Amino acid sequence: MTAVVALEGITRVFSLGDVEVHALRGVSLTVERGEFVAIMGSSGSGKSTLMNVVGCLDRPTAGRYLLDGQDVSKQSRAQLARTRNKTIGFVFQSFNLLARTSALENVELPLLYSGVGTKERKARATAALQRVGLGERLDHLPNQLSGGQQQRVAIARALVTKPSLLLADEPTGALDTKTSEEVMTLLTGLEDITVVLVTHEHDVAAWAQRVVTLRDGKILSDKRQTPLRLDPNRQEA
Amino acid sequence: MGPLQTSRLALRALLRNKLRSFLTALGIIIGVAAVIAMVAIGEGARSQVEETFAAMGTNLLIVMPGSNSSGGARGGFGTQPTLTWDDLKAIQTEASLVSGAAPTLRMNGQVQSDEQNWGTSIQGTTPNYFEIRRWPTALGAPMSDSDLDSGAKVMWLGATVAEKLFGPGSDPLGQAVRVKGVPFVVAGVLTKKGQSPMGQDYDDTVFIPTSTFKARLSPGLGTFLSGVIFVQVRTGEDTARAQRQVTSLLRDRHRLGQGAEDDFSIRNLAEVASAQQQGADTLSALLASIAAVSLLVGGIGIMNIMLVSVTERTREIGIRMAVGATPGQILAQFLVEALVLAIVGGLVGVGLGLFAAQQLSVQFGWPLLVRADIVALATGFSGLVGVGFGLYPALKASRMDPITALRFE
Repeated sequence: MTAVVALEGITRVFSLGDVEVHALRGVSLTVERGEFVAIMGSSGSGKSTLMNVVGCLDRPTAGRYLLDGQDVSKQSRAQLARTRNKTIGFVFQSFNLLARTSALENVELPLLYSGVGTKERKARATAALQRVGLGERLDHLPNQLSGGQQQRVAIARALVTKPSLLLADEPTGALDTKTSEEVMTLLTGLEDITVVLVTHEHDVAAWAQRVVTLRDGKILSDKRQTPLRLDPNRQEA
Repeated sequence: MGPLQTSRLALRALLRNKLRSFLTALGIIIGVAAVIAMVAIGEGARSQVEETFAAMGTNLLIVMPGSNSSGGARGGFGTQPTLTWDDLKAIQTEASLVSGAAPTLRMNGQVQSDEQNWGTSIQGTTPNYFEIRRWPTALGAPMSDSDLDSGAKVMWLGATVAEKLFGPGSDPLGQAVRVKGVPFVVAGVLTKKGQSPMGQDYDDTVFIPTSTFKARLSPGLGTFLSGVIFVQVRTGEDTARAQRQVTSLLRDRHRLGQGAEDDFSIRNLAEVASAQQQGADTLSALLASIAAVSLLVGGIGIMNIMLVSVTERTREIGIRMAVGATPGQILAQFLVEALVLAIVGGLVGVGLGLFAAQQLSVQFGWPLLVRADIVALATGFSGLVGVGFGLYPALKASRMDPITALRFE
């Protein structure tokens, strides 16, 4: 079985005028199917750049990136867009839902761009929203939902295309502790999906099976751990 | 994503900012409405000109007796009788490009019915005059050769005179009309012909046979024809050649040597008509170009707002790109928005333009002339404006970097 993410000697250099900034200096990392990996690092460690490369929003300057066994490091912008559409689901810190657009339509959005017909789109989006526990709020607009609910809509949107990889960038950064726990419970409870979580909070990283720490564009450590799980009673409450 | 999806998306985005969309489209609306209304005005003016000249008779030359300079004093056209009855015959028989020629002798006088009297122009003419002028009778029989041969005291009334003497809608056939004490019987009433290009009422006249005119009203000058000759040319294209033909025929007959001035003049109505036509065409072209400029300004308005909209919606663009919209799909979305604005604006403009054209046609008494090709052109052009001016903002949107766009506040 191929790894979902296979990075080999990835570098990313930004040139700001005359200065070259080396955001990534040769990162090699493999994420297997079904893993829940947290990428940690302080700001400036290169974790955001790594997330952008892994998320196919950016291309590495050098190195090879196999996503689901497919080399995406040399893909054009349009090809990358299609790869994102099919293979990756994003969850952002600031939710990034379309304003004045219902939860259902927000979740339908990725399917719209992959050309899924209206009926199937609606059915799959509804199912995804039910999966995150928002089956009753299909027609709500983002500003009618709480932060936690908005993030659940975003998770539903990320899941609706059945992606190989779910990429979460500080998914709890804008949420209070209780809601954060709810969202993390939801994310860790997902089956058949690989999750890469980018965070700078140890509390959040504690939910992962594996923690990769970056510093100065390189991997500092790569540790496996027993993930935190809330006790079921508390989860019920 | 199909075109239908893209259009629905565009429509929803536009409906989200109704007032702004309306104001953006307003430029196009006004532009297209202006094109439609202006062209309708131009066409109305043109048809007005055409109608006037059609009323005068087409392919028409008017031969008038000219000045005869004697002793240094030159009279104006018509001051000297230089045309003869034989000239008329010669034009009828010898000029190959001419299909007919008819004289009119004219005097002004008072015509009297039993009840009323009216000052009008009394013209003596021949039966073919009515064919040349394409002027049929509305009531009664047309003038015949036997009327001419017998010198019968019969009269055909122009519509205006019939109305003045006998009242509107009456039937004056067989009634008596006296001119200078001579009683005439009304044999017919002519159809309404309207106004000349100079605003003269064609229908304010009566006709009698030339023979009767000479015998009863004004004996004239023997061999000289004291009036003008209407000449009909076989086909419209030959008018200028026929004019040269008649000119040389008359110069020969009047024995005018090289360098001598014509002692007659020929008016070519086609020339006058085409001059007026050109005036009308220039007017339409001018109006249409003003309208086109306003359409262009409308396009710039669309571009302006689309640019604002793209910047405003940077984050939305970032989200769409993150979930997998290709640059092409983003381009299509914004291009279709501009296109929808322009085309909907164009259609509303067409409606408004047609309404304005209709109001104007009522106002000016012109026929409502809406050319389907102009309507199609204006709509198509506004679509083109939408694409043309929507392209740059749409390109700008499609070239955004998703990472930067997602961070945009």
